[in-house]
Amino acid sequence: MNTPLRRLATITLVMFVALMGSATWVQFFQAESLNTDPRNVRTLYREHGNARGPIVVGGEAVASSVPVDDPFGYQRTYAHGDLYSAVTGFYSISNGRSQIEEHENDQLTGRSDQLFFTRIRDLLTGKRPEGAAVETTILPAAQQAARDGLGDQHGAVVALEPSTGRILALVSTPGFDPNVLAVHSTSEAAAQYRALAQAEGNPLRSNATQERYAPGSTFKLVTAAAALESGAYTADTPVPSPVQLELPQTSATIGNFGGGSCGGDQVTLADALRTSCNTAFASLGMTLGEDALREQSQRFGFLDAEQRVPMPVVESVFPSGLDPAVLAQSSIGQRDVQASPLQMAMVASAIANGGRLMTPYLVDTVRAADLTVVSRTEPQTYSDAVSAATASALTQMMVGVVESGTGRSARIDGVQVAGKTGTAQTVEGQPPHAWFTAFAPAEAPRVAVAVIVENGGSLGNEATGGAVAAPIARAVIQAVLAS
Amino acid sequence: MASVQPHRVRPGRGTELLLLVPALGIGIAGYVLAGLGVTGSVPPHVIAYAVGTTVLALVVHVVLRLRAPYADPVILPVVVALNGIGLAMIYRISIAYAARGRADADIADRQLAWTAISVALAIAVLVLLRDHRTLRRYTYTAMVAGLVLVLLPLVPGLGQTINGARIWVRVGPVGMQPAEFAKIALAVFFAGYLVTHRDTLALAGKRVLGLQLPRARDLGPIILVWAASLVVLVLQRDLGTSLLFFGLFVAVLYLATERTSWIVIGLVLFVGGAAAAAATFGHVGARFDVWLHALDSDIYNRSPGGSGQLVAGLFGMASGGLFGTGLGQGRPDLVPFSYSDFIVAALGEELGLTGLLAILLLYTILVSRGLRTAIGVRDGFGKLLAGGLSFVMAFQLFVVVGGVTRLIPLTGLTTPFLAYGGSSLVANWVIAALLLRISDEARRPVPAVRAVATPDIGIPLSAPGRSRPVGGGRSTGRTGTPAVGTPVVVGEAPVRTSTATRADDGDGPAPDDSPTAHLGTDGTSTTEPGTDERGGRTR
Repeated sequence: MNTPLRRLATITLVMFVALMGSATWVQFFQAESLNTDPRNVRTLYREHGNARGPIVVGGEAVASSVPVDDPFGYQRTYAHGDLYSAVTGFYSISNGRSQIEEHENDQLTGRSDQLFFTRIRDLLTGKRPEGAAVETTILPAAQQAARDGLGDQHGAVVALEPSTGRILALVSTPGFDPNVLAVHSTSEAAAQYRALAQAEGNPLRSNATQERYAPGSTFKLVTAAAALESGAYTADTPVPSPVQLELPQTSATIGNFGGGSCGGDQVTLADALRTSCNTAFASLGMTLGEDALREQSQRFGFLDAEQRVPMPVVESVFPSGLDPAVLAQSSIGQRDVQASPLQMAMVASAIANGGRLMTPYLVDTVRAADLTVVSRTEPQTYSDAVSAATASALTQMMVGVVESGTGRSARIDGVQVAGKTGTAQTVEGQPPHAWFTAFAPAEAPRVAVAVIVENGGSLGNEATGGAVAAPIARAVIQAVLAS
Repeated sequence: MASVQPHRVRPGRGTELLLLVPALGIGIAGYVLAGLGVTGSVPPHVIAYAVGTTVLALVVHVVLRLRAPYADPVILPVVVALNGIGLAMIYRISIAYAARGRADADIADRQLAWTAISVALAIAVLVLLRDHRTLRRYTYTAMVAGLVLVLLPLVPGLGQTINGARIWVRVGPVGMQPAEFAKIALAVFFAGYLVTHRDTLALAGKRVLGLQLPRARDLGPIILVWAASLVVLVLQRDLGTSLLFFGLFVAVLYLATERTSWIVIGLVLFVGGAAAAAATFGHVGARFDVWLHALDSDIYNRSPGGSGQLVAGLFGMASGGLFGTGLGQGRPDLVPFSYSDFIVAALGEELGLTGLLAILLLYTILVSRGLRTAIGVRDGFGKLLAGGLSFVMAFQLFVVVGGVTRLIPLTGLTTPFLAYGGSSLVANWVIAALLLRISDEARRPVPAVRAVATPDIGIPLSAPGRSRPVGGGRSTGRTGTPAVGTPVVVGEAPVRTSTATRADDGDGPAPDDSPTAHLGTDGTSTTEPGTDERGGRTR
């Protein structure tokens, strides 16, 4: 019986070698694809097992990981409920991440290449790795003023520092409390996520950066800029401003708000902007042509699908191949022109900064756990949107809007505010979106702001940009100037 | 063979003692590291634990010195090391469970208690069973016991269905998996039955397509075992145990007959049965889906019968990579049943591929020592028993580790010595004790004994007469083995001076009668099988 025993021994050896082979296959050859499998929660657990870096606003951690006595080790907590939801986003075990939590994840977890030497040191000293702190550019007072101003209305506020591009306020309403998504019970988190995903106004999406709207009359700033840049116009150049503008090749007409006149058959460009004269800008747009408007809007940041702050910003669009009627409507920010609230803040910011548009950014510095600065964002020029002369002329025109035009409710005692209202008709029968974009002080701007209140907010059909959005912008400007 | 060329065999107890030092060290160090890794502090009862496990191992060692001085010196240290690794991992998982407030966080204490019980039973086997050939007298008792144990979970009120498989028996607070013990009983039965019937099975019958087919009447018990394993498969929904029984049977059958046809017949029967079961029963078919398409999201999310557990284990092993996370640094608690069926995944995660391969090598050593014992031992029954027990351990490991690493479809079986579970631990320690007992016989030097025994029985007289028993019953038809068997007997007969008649009991013509006698009186007098068999002989 020894021969079959020896053969049996060979068979067992073959079985063991096969086991060693399959173990090697799983743990070595297949390991990488298994480790990156989205269903593998271990990566997430490993992240949770380490201290995730905080997100800091004005020296205070608005999102931080607190040690807790459960298998995860740390609980992500958000100090201010929904106030910063458009900034921090959420961090959930089962539902992923968003905004800074998502787009600075490598820094927050400590996995970023920039933190390589920190990691090596932690490895050698046996210290548990800690994520880096992400310090934002947000000004808490401005953020709070914007949030308070919007209240229960759906909309967004973006405030920029014109000279640098720092984002001072970034609010989207309705917001959400990220704490409810950060709970460690996956079933509870999933239920909350479902509820938020189906809630009216899509709270999980940031209106400030991810949503785009017809910019309405605020787009007249772009049309005016194109006119001034063309060299054929100054602020005092008269432009035709009929009560009704016949649109070529159609039976449609464009009228003014309220159906009235803009003060004659011809008004100056400055007056046209001050009264937000639709017919003047529509005919001006047709005169300038599609290419001039497209090019001007592009220099303000339209048609840029790659923009990141660091979260991606939805591309603002100015269509091409327009027939004259559509071009006329697009010149006053209707039809197919669409812009994000951040985009309209960039328009104001460029005019405020002497025509130079600075790239907006939200992350100021990244600091390792030992407080050494890992990276600091330096202000960068996005483009020279308009010449200094054009910027100066536009500033004066916008001051006129607030002093004696449609934006009077944004006036601040002792401060010259430059602004532009917008009331964007969207779907027939629905109240219009109310816009206001402004900067102040006009002579040395410290803040540029864009406000949108969806569907007229609390005023509904009675809403105009001047009535609904301008007071919010004023509050934000005051908050920035007071700090 | 050792008997032809008399040479001194060292008992090896000193080697064993030396090997026990690292073996115990691995387990104790693992225990400390698990505590350090999870909680950051040395486990509170580490001294008691170290002393306790050391005492347990040393007691077995001393018993071996007294009762089986020539037993294989490697088997015990390997078993101690594996058991220690298992205890450390179960302790580590129990801490994680305790932190989550799970009710089953006491698995480490329970497993420690079961280890003590297992060692006690292993010692009992070594002390009470002085000669493994005694077991041959209980061949048919073992068959009945094995079948009863297999069928026990099907008894209403006694059996319990846990996680879909009806393989548990619960009496009061004590639960057990009788299949683990049935494994040993059936190994004894197969060895005893086949050592008697090997010639009929091997030689009678027609040749078809180059395969020697057995006669129909010789197939009876084989069909019985096949049916039993299918009963397990169908009624108890336990693919693993069913596979294990049949694998054991085919292996021992092959050892006894040296006929490849048996392996072919066995495979055809089992594959046929399994294929029919897969087509008929959803849960068996689901296992194949899970095996082949584990990572498909619809299979992954299927419930019940999805691949979630298997994939969780794969994720764990993958996260361990080459060197592992370190004990206490991974998340084996994310894998369901990581303390029992999936303990290999937990070990792969925390000890890495390196650690897992080392553990597989320990098993390789253990199994090769067992098979070496089978080759070394002189009687046919001992060869079949040691070979069968060694193979069943190897096969069980193959089925469970192969299942976890997706080499073969996943079936529920425990990893010998490592996994949590009293029945499994006790059964495997008993197997280890049996292998130690047989190896003592296999390695015992012949010449020393012959010097004592020759005055009593003259070799020239006894040798021809005793060549028959060793070859097994009906040795007339056998031509191959005498060359091997004869010199063995020269040494063997004197060794067993006191048990010469017993050897006759087993090897002589009696076994041909004893089955009938045994079965005939089975219903009334199974309590004393020894007398039963003797009664059959006197008849």
